[in-house]
Amino acid sequence: MIVYEKNYDVIVVGAGHAGCEAALAAARMGAATLFLTINLDAIALMSCNPAIGGLAKGHLVKEIDALGGEMGRNIDATGIQFRVLNTKKGPAVRASRAQADKQQYRLRMKYVLEQQDRLDLKQVEVTGLYLEDDAVAGVDTKGGVRYLGKTVVLTTGTFMRGLIHIGLVHYPGGRAGDLPSIGLSDHLAECGFEVGRLKTGTPARLDGRTIDFHRLEPQYGDENPIPFSFSNERIDQPQVPCHIAYTNQKSHEIIRSGLDRSPLYAGIIEGIGPRYCPSIEDKVVRFPDKDRHQTFIEPEGRDTVEVYPSGMSTSLPIDIQWAFYRSIEGLERVEIMRPAYAIEYDYVNPIQLHASLETKVLRNLYHAGQINGTSGYEEAAAQGLMAGINAALRVRGNEPLVLGRSEAYIGVMIDDLVTLGTKEPYRMFTSRAEYRLLLREDNADLRLREKGYAIGLLPDELWHSFLQKRDLINERLEFLGKERLTPSAAGEDLLRDWDLTGMQNAISYEQLLRRPEFTCQDLARIYPDIMNLPESVRDQLEIQIKYKGYIDRQLEQVERAAKLEDTKIPADIDFTSISGLSTEIQEKLARFRPDTLGQASRIPGVTPAGITMLSIAMKARGVK
Amino acid sequence: MYVRDTIAAISTPIGEGGIGIVRISGPDALPVAQQIFRTKSGGGLKSHRFCYGVISDSATGDVVDEGMTVYMKGPNSYTREDVVEIQSHGGTLVVSRVLDLVLAAGVRLAQPGEFTKRAFLNGRIDLVQAEAIMDVISSRTDASLALAQHQREGLLSQKIGKVRDGVLHALAFIEAVIDFPEEDIDVAIEADVMGRIAPAIDDLKTLVEGFDEGRVLRDGVSVVIAGKPNVGKSSLLNTLLKEKRAIVTSVPGTTRDLIEEVVNIEGLPVRLLDTAGIRESDDHVEQEGVRLTLERIPRADLVLFVVDGSASFTSEDESILQAIGTKCFLVVKSKADLPGTCVLPGALEGKAVSLSTHDGTGVAELRKAIHHTFVHGHATDSREYVAVSKARHRDALVRALAALESFRLNLEAGVNHELLPIDLRDALEALGSVTGETTTDDVLDLIFSSFCIGK
Repeated sequence: MIVYEKNYDVIVVGAGHAGCEAALAAARMGAATLFLTINLDAIALMSCNPAIGGLAKGHLVKEIDALGGEMGRNIDATGIQFRVLNTKKGPAVRASRAQADKQQYRLRMKYVLEQQDRLDLKQVEVTGLYLEDDAVAGVDTKGGVRYLGKTVVLTTGTFMRGLIHIGLVHYPGGRAGDLPSIGLSDHLAECGFEVGRLKTGTPARLDGRTIDFHRLEPQYGDENPIPFSFSNERIDQPQVPCHIAYTNQKSHEIIRSGLDRSPLYAGIIEGIGPRYCPSIEDKVVRFPDKDRHQTFIEPEGRDTVEVYPSGMSTSLPIDIQWAFYRSIEGLERVEIMRPAYAIEYDYVNPIQLHASLETKVLRNLYHAGQINGTSGYEEAAAQGLMAGINAALRVRGNEPLVLGRSEAYIGVMIDDLVTLGTKEPYRMFTSRAEYRLLLREDNADLRLREKGYAIGLLPDELWHSFLQKRDLINERLEFLGKERLTPSAAGEDLLRDWDLTGMQNAISYEQLLRRPEFTCQDLARIYPDIMNLPESVRDQLEIQIKYKGYIDRQLEQVERAAKLEDTKIPADIDFTSISGLSTEIQEKLARFRPDTLGQASRIPGVTPAGITMLSIAMKARGVK
Repeated sequence: MYVRDTIAAISTPIGEGGIGIVRISGPDALPVAQQIFRTKSGGGLKSHRFCYGVISDSATGDVVDEGMTVYMKGPNSYTREDVVEIQSHGGTLVVSRVLDLVLAAGVRLAQPGEFTKRAFLNGRIDLVQAEAIMDVISSRTDASLALAQHQREGLLSQKIGKVRDGVLHALAFIEAVIDFPEEDIDVAIEADVMGRIAPAIDDLKTLVEGFDEGRVLRDGVSVVIAGKPNVGKSSLLNTLLKEKRAIVTSVPGTTRDLIEEVVNIEGLPVRLLDTAGIRESDDHVEQEGVRLTLERIPRADLVLFVVDGSASFTSEDESILQAIGTKCFLVVKSKADLPGTCVLPGALEGKAVSLSTHDGTGVAELRKAIHHTFVHGHATDSREYVAVSKARHRDALVRALAALESFRLNLEAGVNHELLPIDLRDALEALGSVTGETTTDDVLDLIFSSFCIGK
C-alpha cells in the first residue's frame, strides 16, 4: 500500500447528495478535507427523479440551508419549476418543491466543491477502512493507495454490492452506467457492522420527442416562484411545465402478463423496497380495484428531450416496458432512452450509530445517506451535512451537534434511525414529527441559523442579515402587542367592516391579527407601514400570532420531555448489571446502547417502568 | 431527576375485608387530604397523629366512608416529603373511590414503585435497599404486564381496540391528505373522517359510563338474565340469591314481572334482573314483560343468556342472541343434570358455563365468571393493579373522549388540516396508555395499505 503524503482531517467517501454536503461543511468549518468518488462526472447526480423538495423534504432542504448547507442554493440556481404545496392546509405542512435541470444541478455542485478551499477531489474506489485500534484512521483504495484521515464519512448510496435488475436479467452496478463498490460492505461486516439489503427502483427515461404533450394535462409552476434558500431573494429563470398522464386497464393487463418475469415476484430480489414508492407492478397487484394510476411526466432538464415518468418505476422485462409505457394515452409511440430498473444494495443498521452519526462500532467513522437505510436526496443531504459537521467538530475536539426532535426534521429523522432502525428505505414524512407545528419551513432559519453560526459553518454576512430579520420580527411583535385600536379612532365604517360593531374597549393589533381570516393586508388599513416590511417578516408576524396557542402547547410538551432528552446515559454503563430490569429490556438496551434517556424511552419494548429503573441506577452510580 | 408533584396510590393489597390505605406524597398531600377528609373533632390534621373522621366527595358532599387518617410531615416520612395515608374500609370499590377522590383533586397516580424511588432519591433509603426494592418493582411490573396481557384479550381491550382503530383510520386519512398532496388520494375529509370518529365517540361514552365507579358503588353492576321461557332463569336467580323468591313452575311464561335483587358476588355488588321469557306471546302481561326485558338489555352491564342445556339451540335462542347484539354476555347452559346436550354455535361455547341448579354444578364457576367480567385478573398479587389500572383506564378514556369531542368541533369549525391531527393524537395517546400501543408506525402502515401512494 502506498501512503499518500497528506494527512487529512476529514475524508468523505461518496459524491452523492450526502457526500457533497459532508465535504462542503467540513471544509467550510476549516477541516482539511478529501472527497473521494468512483466517478467525478457523477457528483450530486440525481439518480432518480429530477426534483428536490416536497412534503417534509422541502422542510429538510430549508433546514440544511439554515445551517449553512448547499442544497437550497443549488436547486434555486438550477431549478426549472418551483411550486409550494399544501398552501391551504396551514403553514406547518406547507412545503416547497422544484423540478431541477439534472445536468445543471450536478455541474453547479461540482463547481462549488471545486471552488472550496481546503477541499481535494479525487476519483478512486475505496475498498476498505484503515484502522488504528478501534478507531478509523484512513481509507484504502483499489489503486493501492492509502489515504490517512482523522475522521471518515461513508456515504455509499446504492453502490455497495449494487445489483441492477431488469426483468430476469441482472448485473452488478452502482447505478445505471456506473460500477458498483465491491468489498467495502464485506469489510464493514468484518468490523462488526450489521449489513442488510434494501431495494429501490427508478422508471424508464423517455424520449420527449415521441410524446404527444398536447394531449396531456400541463402542470405549471407557481406564478411567483419562491426560493428554497434563506439567502436568495427571488427566482429569475423561466419555468417549464410538467404533464400529467394516466395508465389504463390495458396498461394493467400488460403489467400482469409480465409478472412471471418480474424479479420481485419471482423471488429473485431479496432486498426490501419502500412502500411509499412502489413499482407500477406493485401498485397494480396491491390495488387491483384502481382503474388508473397517475404519472407526472417531468422534464430532466432544459437542454435535453429526456423526461421522467414519476411513479412508473418497474423491474419488469424490457419488452413489457415497451408495451406498458406505450399503452398510456399520449405515449403511444414513445421511445425508451434508458430502461427502468430495480437496484439492490447493502446498508448498515443505523442503530449502530450515535445521534452524531458517528458509529458505535468504530470511533471517528460517520455514516450518512442510503448506507443508513434512508432514501431521498434531501434525507441524504441532511445526514451528510450533520456527519460533515460532526467530523469537523471531532477534529477540533468539540462536542457533536445533535438536533432534537423538537428542533428540526433532521433531528426527528436521525433519532428515528438510531433508536428504531429501519426495515424499509426510510423517507421523511411530516407525520413522523410529533412537534410538527414548531418545525415549519418558514421558521427553519429562526430555529437553526444560530446553531450554524455557532459552529462556524454559516458565514458572517448571512448571520448578520438573519439577525436583522430576527430583530425586526421581535420588535414588530412587541409593537403589535402594544398598539391598540380604540372604538373612537376606528370609526363606524371600520368597526362594521371588521365585525366589531359595539366594541367597548380598545383592542390590540395582535388581537386583531389573531382572528382566523384577518391578515396583515387587512391591518394595513390602520397601520399602512406593515406592508413595507419584507414578506417573510409579515409571514412570521401572522403565523406566530395566529398559532400562538398551539405553538405554546407544543412548547410545553417539549419542556416536559426535556428532562429525559437531556439526561445522558454514561457510555460505559453495563445494562445487564442493572438490577430490576427485565432481561428483555436489558438486552434491548445493550443492543441499542442509547445515548440519552429520551432515546432509551423510544426503543420499542422499553417500558416507562424500565426507564424509571434505569434512571435510579444512573443516580445510584452518581451517588457512589 | 423528578418533578416534585404530588402522587397517590393504593398502598395495600385489596381484599374483601380489613382496611385499605391510600397514600399521598408530595407538596399538596395535606391540602388534598383536608379537602376530602374531615376530622370528627373538627380540628385539622396534626403530624404523626391518627385522626378519626369522614371521607366525602367535596363536590357533591356525599359521604364515602369513615376512617382514620395520619399525616406525616416531611422529612419524617417514607418519602421524606409530606405524606398522608387515608385508611378506609377494605374492598375494591371503597378504596378505589377514595383514590378517585384524591386523583380528582389534581393528584397524579403514582407509577409502580414511585414512592420507593422518591424515598431513594431523597436519601431516605440507601442503594442496597433501593436495589432490593427495584427487584420487587420488577416483579410487580411483570405482574402488571401479565395483567395488561390478560386485559388485552379481555372485553375492555377489544372495545378500546375498536375505538382506537376508528381513530387511527381517521388520522391516517388526514395524514395522507397532508403528506401526499400530489397523489390522487380520494378522501372526503368530513364524510370519511367523521364516519370513523362519530361511532368512536359513542363507544367511548358507553365505556366511560360503564367505568363510572361511583355508579358501581351506589348501584352495583347490572346483570340481566335473559332466555326463552322455561329454560331455568328464575331457578338461576334463586340459586344466586340462595333463596326462593321468584315463582318457579314449568309453565312457560311464569315470570311476568321483572324481578330485581342485589347480591354480593365475590365482593362485587351485583343487581340481578330476571326477566320474562322472551318469545312471541299473546298474553298482554307477558308481552309487557318481554318488552321490558328487551328494553333492559341495552342498559345492562352483562347479560346472562340462559339456554336449555338438555334441548337443542333453537331459532328462538338465536333471536335472543340477536337482541343481545354487541352486549357483554355469558352463556348459561342450564339443566346440566338432565340428559341431552345443547350444541351451541361455535363461538359461544367458549363463553358458556354448564350449570345445574339442582345439584349445584357450575354455580361457583358462574360466580367466578361474573366477577371476572368486571374485575380483571384474580391473582392476589395483581389486585392492587386491578384497582389502580381501573382508575387509570377511566381517566384515559375520559381524556380520549374529550379529545375526540374537541376534534369534532375543530372539524366543524373548518380549522386548517394541519391542526386536526393534534386532538386525534391526544386521543390515541390516551387510549395507548391503556393498551400500551404506540402509533406512528401504525399510521404509516394504514396510509400505505389504504392508499396507492408512490411517485
